Amino acid sequence: MEITELIVRAQELVQDGTLAYDQKVRRLAALATEAVPYPALSGACAQALEKRVICDMYEGNAPYTARYILPDYELAIRQGLSYLEMPPPTDLDGALAFLQVMYAYVPSVTTYPVYLGDLDKVLAPFVTDEITDEQLDTKLRRFWIGIDRMLPDAFVHLDLGPHDSRITRSIFRVERSLRQAVPNITLKVDPEITPDDLIEDAVRTVFETGKPHFVNHPMMVNDHGEHYASVSCYNSLKIGGGSHTLVRLNLKEVALLHGGSVDEFLTATLPRYVELTAELAEARIRSLVEGQHFFDTHWLAAEGLIDIDRFSAMFGIFGLAECVNLLMAYEGRDRDGEARYGHDADANLLAIQVVERVAELVAARPMPYCEGGGGHCYLHSQSGIDLDQDVTAGTRIPVGDEPGLLEHIATCAPHHHLFASGVSDIFHVDETVLRNPEAMVDIIRGGFASGMRDFTFNLDSNEFIRITGYLVRKSDLVTIAECGVVRHTSDHLAAGAENSFHLTQRAVKRIGCNERDAR
Amino acid sequence: MSATLGRPLKGFVADTISFSNVDGPGNRFVVFLQGCNFDCVACHNPQTIPGHQPLEGFDPHHLGVDDLLERIRPAAPFVRGITASGGEATQQPTFLHALFAAVKAEPALAHLTCFVDSNGATEQGVWDDLAPVMDGAMIDLKCLDPDIHHQMTGQPNGEVLASIGHLQRLGLLYEVRLLIMAGVNDDPGLVRRTAEWLAAVNPEMRIKLIGFRAHGARPHDPPLVEPTPEALLTVADLLRQVADFNICVV
Repeated sequence: MEITELIVRAQELVQDGTLAYDQKVRRLAALATEAVPYPALSGACAQALEKRVICDMYEGNAPYTARYILPDYELAIRQGLSYLEMPPPTDLDGALAFLQVMYAYVPSVTTYPVYLGDLDKVLAPFVTDEITDEQLDTKLRRFWIGIDRMLPDAFVHLDLGPHDSRITRSIFRVERSLRQAVPNITLKVDPEITPDDLIEDAVRTVFETGKPHFVNHPMMVNDHGEHYASVSCYNSLKIGGGSHTLVRLNLKEVALLHGGSVDEFLTATLPRYVELTAELAEARIRSLVEGQHFFDTHWLAAEGLIDIDRFSAMFGIFGLAECVNLLMAYEGRDRDGEARYGHDADANLLAIQVVERVAELVAARPMPYCEGGGGHCYLHSQSGIDLDQDVTAGTRIPVGDEPGLLEHIATCAPHHHLFASGVSDIFHVDETVLRNPEAMVDIIRGGFASGMRDFTFNLDSNEFIRITGYLVRKSDLVTIAECGVVRHTSDHLAAGAENSFHLTQRAVKRIGCNERDAR
Repeated sequence: MSATLGRPLKGFVADTISFSNVDGPGNRFVVFLQGCNFDCVACHNPQTIPGHQPLEGFDPHHLGVDDLLERIRPAAPFVRGITASGGEATQQPTFLHALFAAVKAEPALAHLTCFVDSNGATEQGVWDDLAPVMDGAMIDLKCLDPDIHHQMTGQPNGEVLASIGHLQRLGLLYEVRLLIMAGVNDDPGLVRRTAEWLAAVNPEMRIKLIGFRAHGARPHDPPLVEPTPEALLTVADLLRQVADFNICVV
């Protein structure tokens, strides 16, 4: 960036009436890294990045933090923090204060921590029988308000489950009473361990707040081991580790550049662009690790709370729907748009072929400093950013074109196992399910039995909507449109995404059929 | 109950839906059987009643048990049961029995509960035959008063009341549904008598209180009136004054 452009953009930022003070500080910092030279790339890679066929998520030219960091909070609580001069806490109040301090010092690409811990396990040693449920609710409620106000970003995320606990139940009660966008929550579900009534409690919480998100615990354990968590939005990574970076490949653009047969796509065009994406990832990882020496200099690493050997990087794909539909059309098999992803068996099979091919290529590409992923990137179905236009997030079916719930799940479930670091398909259901939350429990269980890794649903009438995976309150979107400044940084991204994607127009699933109910 | 005359047993099926959360406990696969012995003024599916104008695209089929099992299998991981609705499901008791028995006999489907959603106007023997293969019934009670019941449905209510009592004795009464129409069956005295009658059957009965909705029903002269949400809650309160029912207002 030329110095004159830097000055103009900095000037615009400081004068932007829709940004709060702290938001300006963070954006100015991001702007500064755009003035630093980009890591060296080949001509082809730089060109693909320039045309946004491949994308670095605008993480900045000189990464000086890993994108997603999952500190081992259980270890931190046991051994204390020497950098922050915090001895191990001895009671619940002490543990909550300890965590609140620690959160302020955990970096990520958003500048806020994307992982707050598996709180049911982290807090378990301190929730003794002497503490009543009422006392627990009061303490967690205070803690929760602190999280939302001090970490005002919907990518701030914590995990619960798969076991039931008083802490988990209390957190759901607090969530329902406070109805905050932050923190985002994942419930780990193990069909053998997680009781129906805990899933139902979680479903009732979704009715109020759009949270939690549900993950298939056995599938996650198979990929990452027991010590994993889902963070930010739908990113499943190792605890004590994380992801250096997230790069993503726009499959729609690759298909547009291709224009030929499916065979050529799978054997020539796709491998070429997968390699360019991998090159981008490698350059960014080396910049972080060898250029900025993040792991040599950060206190989390020095105190053993993160370990570079538990890190990898995320290789994202998006625009699968458009890619498949274009390839079907190139081969004259699209039946005038009838045979498309989510609505046609051949198109759905082709989608699986494309995803399997990407998975194969990514698994075959060695990546430095990615021991967490066995020396390779994790595959990720990337759920979009606010700037995307006319392209469908990840491997989703386009908004508004989703088929019935059963067909929707049948389309998406077969490739979920390939996305170790997460995949999201969001289901909108109508409000008749409010009177029958057990129905949602059945569908979640069925989804996991059918091979889904991640399961998210939204209630159509909900005040909260999921944008790419994070939550915003509809009233906050209205506030931006009408008056400007809002408290959560993520709301600004959401306003952009809503304008580009019309996410509030997702096809609503009528699980029920009221008209047939009363005679 | 085997197929007659060597022909495979067929049911007359209006439609099926893979997922429903309003037809019994949890998520359910629903079979809507064609044909009904009532002619309810408030019916939302009049195309399932013989002699009524079919809807465009409405295409009831004669389907075998195997045809239905093929549709149930993909939904099986996601549902906790199937519900036979209608129309009036008990009008095809042989087919119903065969369907439920086939579900119970197939290992991959045996965990599914089999429910009937019925107007209750059938002989007790039908319930006795179904009892070994069914898990519960949801019965509509349009009105306790026989005259009003006749106005609303074109039929008497003796069998309906007998079915409710009989299913309770069989341990198969899951829920009674009261459809409330403003100015027709919402008189406080009538509601109280209904509550007393139901309490005598089971004072902890699960009752679903459904407000009539004009959308989907046939035009009527004079127009049928939807109860207000407040009026429905008043009915619920009247019921609760009589017994500790488990009431769900829809």
